[in-house]
Amino acid sequence: MTTSAEEDTASAGESTAATTAPVRPVAAAAPRRRRPWPRYALRAASLLAALGLWQLLTTLKVTLWLRFAQFPTVTQVAHTFAGRLGTGAYWQDLTDSLTRILTGFALAAVLGVVVGTAIARSPLASDLLSPVLEVLRPIPAIALVPVAILLFPSNEQGIVFITFTAAFFPVMVSTRHAVRALTPVWEEAVLTMGGGRWRVLGSVVLPGALPGILGGLSVGIGVSWICVISAEMISGAYGVGYRTWQDYTIVDYPGVFVGMTTIGLLGWLTSTAVELAGRRLTRWLPRTENTAPSAYLIRKGTP
Amino acid sequence: MLGRPGAPVLHGLDLDVPPGEVLTVVGPSGCGKSTLLRTLAGLLPVLGGRVTQDDEPLVRPHADRALIFQDDALLPWRTVHANVELPLVIRGVPRAARRARAAEWLERVGLTGHARRLPHQLSGGQRQRVQLARALAGAPRAVLMDEPFGALDAQTRAGMQRLLVEVLDGTHATVVFVTHDVDEAVFLGDRIALLDGAGTARVLGVPHPRERAAHDAAATVALRRQVLESLGSLGT
Ligand SMILES: Nc1ncnc2c1ncn2[C@@H]1O[C@H](COP(=O)(O)OP(=O)(O)OP(=O)(O)O)[C@@H](O)[C@H]1O
Ligand SMILES: [Mg+2]
Repeated sequence: MTTSAEEDTASAGESTAATTAPVRPVAAAAPRRRRPWPRYALRAASLLAALGLWQLLTTLKVTLWLRFAQFPTVTQVAHTFAGRLGTGAYWQDLTDSLTRILTGFALAAVLGVVVGTAIARSPLASDLLSPVLEVLRPIPAIALVPVAILLFPSNEQGIVFITFTAAFFPVMVSTRHAVRALTPVWEEAVLTMGGGRWRVLGSVVLPGALPGILGGLSVGIGVSWICVISAEMISGAYGVGYRTWQDYTIVDYPGVFVGMTTIGLLGWLTSTAVELAGRRLTRWLPRTENTAPSAYLIRKGTP
Repeated sequence: MLGRPGAPVLHGLDLDVPPGEVLTVVGPSGCGKSTLLRTLAGLLPVLGGRVTQDDEPLVRPHADRALIFQDDALLPWRTVHANVELPLVIRGVPRAARRARAAEWLERVGLTGHARRLPHQLSGGQRQRVQLARALAGAPRAVLMDEPFGALDAQTRAGMQRLLVEVLDGTHATVVFVTHDVDEAVFLGDRIALLDGAGTARVLGVPHPRERAAHDAAATVALRRQVLESLGSLGT
């Protein structure tokens, strides 16, 4: 220890006149990485290839153990789709489903973050809430249909409730973990600046946990779609799920596929929206060169 | 008695820091220097005895006592400017005034051109300068510094010491500065507190505080040797 300290002494002594590190010129903001067009082309090609294969198998009525004889072709589905787009019922179903999922998901996002944070930061909240939540968590949201029917005056609220439950747990659990994993020094810094509890929550806990919370939101919106569609199929109160099931009961297969395509596209749209919003909010995350997408975000594949 | 609940570290420490003084604290690794600073900041409870500021017991963190951390404590989602502004936001300073004050402090630490960057886009030394600006922007009465320049090379460190002396000048802030670098302790301090493993402090006066020219003065050399010897006898 002594010798190393003496070496320090000597070198520091010599550099007395040294100035602080020279200020580097401000570098231009890191160039926004745009996905180059070949990658878009590749993505489009993959989608088109899948459609092409579908068309081929169905027009040839291939029966190789898997049977494509009764399967509607891409052109049949496209034709029915085009027809449906012109009807008010299609858009009414779409609006119904979107309203339900967005309401349920928004409630789940807010409550999931609040409850997850409370459990992570307060032993009292954890003791009061954890046992109940841990018992409820393993129950698939769709199994709550009887409960929803008993509890709520209308189908509408029941479906929103099921959607909410589905998204709540992923958000709550990821929030809890993200808040527990926060670096204590950030909180201590704000405390020593005179910040109180709410300041710590707003300036440290929420922004710091956000990358982790976004993972839960991403999973949550996906699970919400599964549940909203299933709930609509079961409880029959209109919506894309209801319509799809209806088409199945009257053996309108192209109609079923229109429903499935609609669900796929809507699901893709909403999870992309969540992901883009998340990326905007977490621009501050240090990224490794080359790989622009954040490792925290669960990337959802195309439907 | 100071330490963490269930793990006391410092026993029987008696230390008094008069207002406006720079007290440097040296001691072997693990002797409780960070523990002492955290207790002074109000982040750790006092396990036994009394810790007071102006004869008032010190119980919780307060904007009066800024802490500069051993490890990087900037909020990574806030720009450099927003980090420096934060203590002013907490104090409720109006927007225009706090913008100006933050900009002024960034200029004093030579980082005006980096105001819009994020902490991870700066070098380690620059980050420590931002921490310094952030701590002083809130105009605290006391600044507690935990090996703030510990991770820097000798050149940068000397520059930072000069900068610190410069910015402290005129703030009349009381400073407790923890370091493991004896030379730094002797240069910056009005007095040096030597902590030993048992938690008792020996306090030595510094003959020529903050005078570079006095680096080789006889009294300074003697003090440095004395500190090194006590550390050597305490060390592992
Ligand atoms: N979170 C903790 N819980 C329990 N004990 C701790 C904790 N952090 C530190 N200690 C113990 O407290 C003692 C003092 O630690 P402290 O961090 O104050 O040392 P230090 O003097 O700052 O050392 P260094 O020069 O290496 O930073 C050490 O023995 C350490 O093991
Ligand atoms: Mg330490």
